[in-house]
Amino acid sequence: MLYLDHAATTPMRPEARAAMAPYLNGEFGNPSGMHAVSRRAKDALEDARERLAHLLGAAHPLDVVFTGGGTESDNLGVAGPALAGGRRGVVTTPVEHAAVLDTARFLAGLGCAVEIVAVDDQGRVDPEAVAASVGPATRVVSVMTANNETGVVQPVAQVAAAVRKDHPNVVVHSDAVQALASRPVGLGTLGVDLLTVASHKVGGPTGVGALVLRGGIDLEPIIHGGGQELGRRSGTHDVAGIVGMVAAIEAAVADRDRFVNDVGEARKRFETALAAAIPDAVFTIDDEVDRLVQHSHFRVPGVDAETLLIRLDTLGVAASAGSACHSGAREVSHVLGAMGMAPAAAAECVRFTFGWTTRRGDGDDAADAMASALEGLR
Amino acid sequence: MKLLVAMSGGVDSSVAAAAMVAEGNQVIGVTLKQWSGPDGRLPTAGCCTVADAEDARRVAATLGIPYYVLDYREKFSAAVVDHFGREYLSGRTPNPCIECNRRVRFGALLDRAAELGCAGLVTGHHARVDHDGARFRLLRGRDDAKDQSYVLHMLGQAELGSIRLPIGEMTKAAVRTEAARLGLRTADKAESQDLCFVGGDYREFLRQRFPESARPGPIVDLEGAVVGTHAGTAGFTVGQRRGIGVAVGEPRFVVGIDAATATITIGRRGDLAVAACRVRGVTFVSGVPVPSGAEVSVKVRYRSSAVPATLWDEGDHHVVRFVDPQTAVAPGQAAVFYRGDEVLGGGTIAEAA
Repeated sequence: MLYLDHAATTPMRPEARAAMAPYLNGEFGNPSGMHAVSRRAKDALEDARERLAHLLGAAHPLDVVFTGGGTESDNLGVAGPALAGGRRGVVTTPVEHAAVLDTARFLAGLGCAVEIVAVDDQGRVDPEAVAASVGPATRVVSVMTANNETGVVQPVAQVAAAVRKDHPNVVVHSDAVQALASRPVGLGTLGVDLLTVASHKVGGPTGVGALVLRGGIDLEPIIHGGGQELGRRSGTHDVAGIVGMVAAIEAAVADRDRFVNDVGEARKRFETALAAAIPDAVFTIDDEVDRLVQHSHFRVPGVDAETLLIRLDTLGVAASAGSACHSGAREVSHVLGAMGMAPAAAAECVRFTFGWTTRRGDGDDAADAMASALEGLR
Repeated sequence: MKLLVAMSGGVDSSVAAAAMVAEGNQVIGVTLKQWSGPDGRLPTAGCCTVADAEDARRVAATLGIPYYVLDYREKFSAAVVDHFGREYLSGRTPNPCIECNRRVRFGALLDRAAELGCAGLVTGHHARVDHDGARFRLLRGRDDAKDQSYVLHMLGQAELGSIRLPIGEMTKAAVRTEAARLGLRTADKAESQDLCFVGGDYREFLRQRFPESARPGPIVDLEGAVVGTHAGTAGFTVGQRRGIGVAVGEPRFVVGIDAATATITIGRRGDLAVAACRVRGVTFVSGVPVPSGAEVSVKVRYRSSAVPATLWDEGDHHVVRFVDPQTAVAPGQAAVFYRGDEVLGGGTIAEAA
């Protein structure tokens, strides 16, 4: 089996599994109680919070809100500030993850002003164009750190600087779910006010994430209940999940240089071999564009992505046609559409994403698999 | 043998997939995503719903075969839905299942099967394919009440050579028994009667998607006297009795639809009877036309019995002459020619002759 879908999810890191084990076994406490069992769970939770605050540049541990995953973090990161104290506006881009775009659509339905700023043919947004779209009603600007389909890195720090110049009261949110695996990510590093991270994209368990923010930003909660997380996110904590996530993020940060080297080499070998074996293969993103080291996005003209993916699956190769979705059917990508790609070409695009378990030789194997998958097709 | 099975999520295609697995084939299951609502999601009511795809997925898992949902929405919309609207706008009564079989299932999906390296495509239709030593033949399914050969009449030798229809040998009851024996969750599933792309009333669907269908006009009797008005000819079918909106004692039926003038003509049951009809786009399963004047039996609707007739080649069309005049001959429906259990071919009814 050759797994080339690490951007969808990636195997759990052993550090995460080890950190979680006590809380899946003997340590079952609810951290919100007052007795010793609860205290031990609470201590683990707050220890994880401190460590994550440190990793992601939060000034205080309480600037970390644990959530049920990247999607929830995006919902809270966008709707939270927009709905705190009114119905204020959002400026974002058409290539965001659906968790941001659909939240923006929801907010528009509530009467919030929503602006979508166009991107160029590589999917990049112009920081000045974002700043120019900010109006008096705007409260949140949301621009992802790197795109989940293409891996293209956005100029988030420049966006934040451009916005802040004339609009000091606007907060900038960034979804760093994909970037966290291979790039330095943090509030200060990116110059943003709110940051979404998710556990399972870097080797932690699924179903847990975090929103990290600058102190003093009011959030209207979107999950209501018992008031956990200072009322910003109710619900009994998933201590095992949170502890596992933080262990995974720590491991990913410590492993980052090796990751970039190995994955970079694997991708380089893959793209070089693919271009040699299939000269008409078209890479979606131009060479000079900054993109995550783990993403390769391309198409083979005349070969539908569905056909190619099924043939790859039959050969034991797991890849995808962009973002995974609920029904399992491929959807024509809104990202590629926003980049101006014709639907017929978009329907041919496939995404290979490498990850922490990738060996350098996987790049050669991936190219060989492509050649086998295309055999007899054209 | 490597085979692609089209799984709708119904009991027939579930058992078809199981039969192919039991034979020792390497089987891939697929569900076609043909239609979605405005939000891009599968419909939740009617046919081809999210629940149907999930049923197919669970059956595939029970059988231990790989399963995929394939996106055929664009193809389906262009080949089936647009045709459906155009036909109604022209005053005819289309059968979208036939167009889907022609263009999508046994068109694009059959090509897909080859692309995936499959030797054949398997469906759960109640019809049979055999080979008489010289040619493939398409035959009625064993279960008369469930026979679907009518909607497969457009298949030719190339298609029949690449498909398997294992359910055609079974009665519906036997299919359900087999599904239950295998523990498939579709064993007791009710059959869907709806069009997969029309959730409720197809007239409402036409009004929304083809707004020009809402062109009002007169309802006239056979003498030309105006007896009422209608909101649009699309949605009327020759032979229709209910929902005309004109009350004149004795039952009245739609006997003519003129889309050009938006006129619906009504008459008595006897006025519906036609002795012959013209049929266009005729194909023959064997690839060889039957001799002009051949005695055949003809089905002019999916759910009507085959009746005796003769079939005449008139160059650019065929004429079917019924032994007894027929009252349910609607332009746009298929006329399918049989000899006994064998499907000879068929085409689209153009008008009475």
